[in-house]
Amino acid sequence: MKKFIIRRFLFLIVSVFAATLIVFALSRFQGDPRNVLLNVGYVSPEQWEAWGKDFHLDKPLIVQYLIWIGKGIFQGDFGTSLKTSKPVLEMVLGFAPASLQLGLSATLFVLLTGIPLGVLSAVKRGTIWDVIGRTFAVFGQALPPFWLGIMLILIFSVNLGWLPSGTRGHDAANWFERAQYFVMPAITLGWLASAGLMRLVRSSMLEVLDSEYIKLARAKGVRNNSVIWKHAFKNSLIPPLTFSALILVGFIGGTVVTETVFAWPGLGQMTFTAIINNDFPLMVGAVLVFTLVYVFAVFVIDILYAFIDPRIRYS
Amino acid sequence: MTTPAQQIPLSELENLTRGSVFERTFYVLRRWPLIPILILSVLSFCAIFAPLIAPYDPEKDQLRAVLASPPWYPACEDGQVSNKAVSCNTNGIPLGRQQAVFYFSLGADQLGRDVLSRIIYGARLSLSLALVAITVGTIFGTTVGLTAGYFGGIVDELLMRTVDVFNSIPYLLLAIALVFVLGQSFAVVAFVLALGAWGGIARLVRGQTLQVRHFDFIALAHVAGASSTRIMFKHLLPAVSNTIIVATTLQVGGTILSESILSFLGAGVPPPTPSWGADISNGREYLGSAWWVAFFPGIAIFLTVLSFNFIGDWLRDRWDPRLRQI
Repeated sequence: MKKFIIRRFLFLIVSVFAATLIVFALSRFQGDPRNVLLNVGYVSPEQWEAWGKDFHLDKPLIVQYLIWIGKGIFQGDFGTSLKTSKPVLEMVLGFAPASLQLGLSATLFVLLTGIPLGVLSAVKRGTIWDVIGRTFAVFGQALPPFWLGIMLILIFSVNLGWLPSGTRGHDAANWFERAQYFVMPAITLGWLASAGLMRLVRSSMLEVLDSEYIKLARAKGVRNNSVIWKHAFKNSLIPPLTFSALILVGFIGGTVVTETVFAWPGLGQMTFTAIINNDFPLMVGAVLVFTLVYVFAVFVIDILYAFIDPRIRYS
Repeated sequence: MTTPAQQIPLSELENLTRGSVFERTFYVLRRWPLIPILILSVLSFCAIFAPLIAPYDPEKDQLRAVLASPPWYPACEDGQVSNKAVSCNTNGIPLGRQQAVFYFSLGADQLGRDVLSRIIYGARLSLSLALVAITVGTIFGTTVGLTAGYFGGIVDELLMRTVDVFNSIPYLLLAIALVFVLGQSFAVVAFVLALGAWGGIARLVRGQTLQVRHFDFIALAHVAGASSTRIMFKHLLPAVSNTIIVATTLQVGGTILSESILSFLGAGVPPPTPSWGADISNGREYLGSAWWVAFFPGIAIFLTVLSFNFIGDWLRDRWDPRLRQI
């Protein structure tokens, strides 16, 4: 187990380095970062050279990268955004809560729909409940998320006027009004993941329900509810656990889309704007955060998984 | 009398002769993905023969028909232009009868371009991008998967860790950055989409290769003196081809979705090329007055992705049930 954890941890570090190096290199290929600063007006050649020194542009790319990551790790200094002149760390931390709230509300939606629907359609296989559950999954996996968001706005904001069409609603009067701002973004971000989770829960539940020990429990006369929730459900949750890492991947990409559609002031939108503006310090910083979150989550899930299912450790 | 080959279709045919016409039709539709195949055939037909089918030029603007509503939709509310452009325009002033020349079955967008024609041409872009991206991704992913699975050991570890590292970079952000760095063009977007597809295929092919590798016919090929390349591509490849086809089909839907997301965010093939995602992005600003601009391209994406997913699931259940967990 110890060896397993060490291996996964080493991999985590390599991943983070590789990911940031790739994005760092990409940002430099996009052009001279000094061009972004040109918007301010006339720039003397001396100033231009001075900027070059500030960004260490005279050194090879790998040295530039090492300087950047070294400063980041040891001084918490990931540079300053070229567009807003604010420290990257401050900007990322400023935008993170909004994304975190969005992610959590979407997770809530995924758990509250994916798991019950999966169990329901497995237990009532072949009935109308199964049809409803599977339709939910099929739609979730085929609907373009941005279009889903726009259509939700069209129906529930433009036509019915029930829900606010965007922003995070931090000036809302009470928590109930505030919660309304979260409904549509959470569905938009969560449906795809929920569909995947539902299918996994369903198939793993079906497999477990078909196993010998369930038949034995039934033969012993254990009540149906008890068989489903105590015997089958617990054991069928193992495969969906690994899926939770994939949910997170989907969320990271999905936040860009969802935050754009709903004018949600979060990390996804911030990163997207940074890429468009060639604001490379902000862009690399944001990708670092996303990668860290993802790799760390995978690390935790892997270890959890190895605890639950010992076979994983040896494969 | 009955050979094993005859037995399997017989039981299926028995169901075909039972029940009412409705039940029999339902049975056929449940058993074979006929509707998805039909949808995809229509779409491919549209994509190939777009200039012949599209009623209007998708890139030509008709300023008289800006945001014209579909003819079957009650028009002239809020001062919109009627599709027939006879009775009212944006100012509510009657136009001459000579303007009654448009028939935009799904309405027109903010520049007066026919939504239907743009969807038909958009199929061209989406399907051709998906085709190129999936082909490239499959070739690359299969090669990596076969190599990793066949050689095993350090090669396997190295290749698969690369896939893992690659997967840990948020794909969408990487894709957007790449498109902006390399320039917005068909080839770049196809390359970026292929980049998103190869990892999953490589992983599945590797898993399957690991199992097949231990079969006798591979060992015998070794004994016969076949080279590694020959074993990989002549012996292993056919043995894992089912997995490749299933994995590839399952990947198409996601690739089309990714393409539409990139276009929506303005990181796709640049305008004026008709693209479903970009059209939805344009229509977003006219949601209150002209919902059809954003609505219909979305339906096109939805049906396309749905069809590919259905066929992928069906193929997997038939050919490779072990993949069901994915």
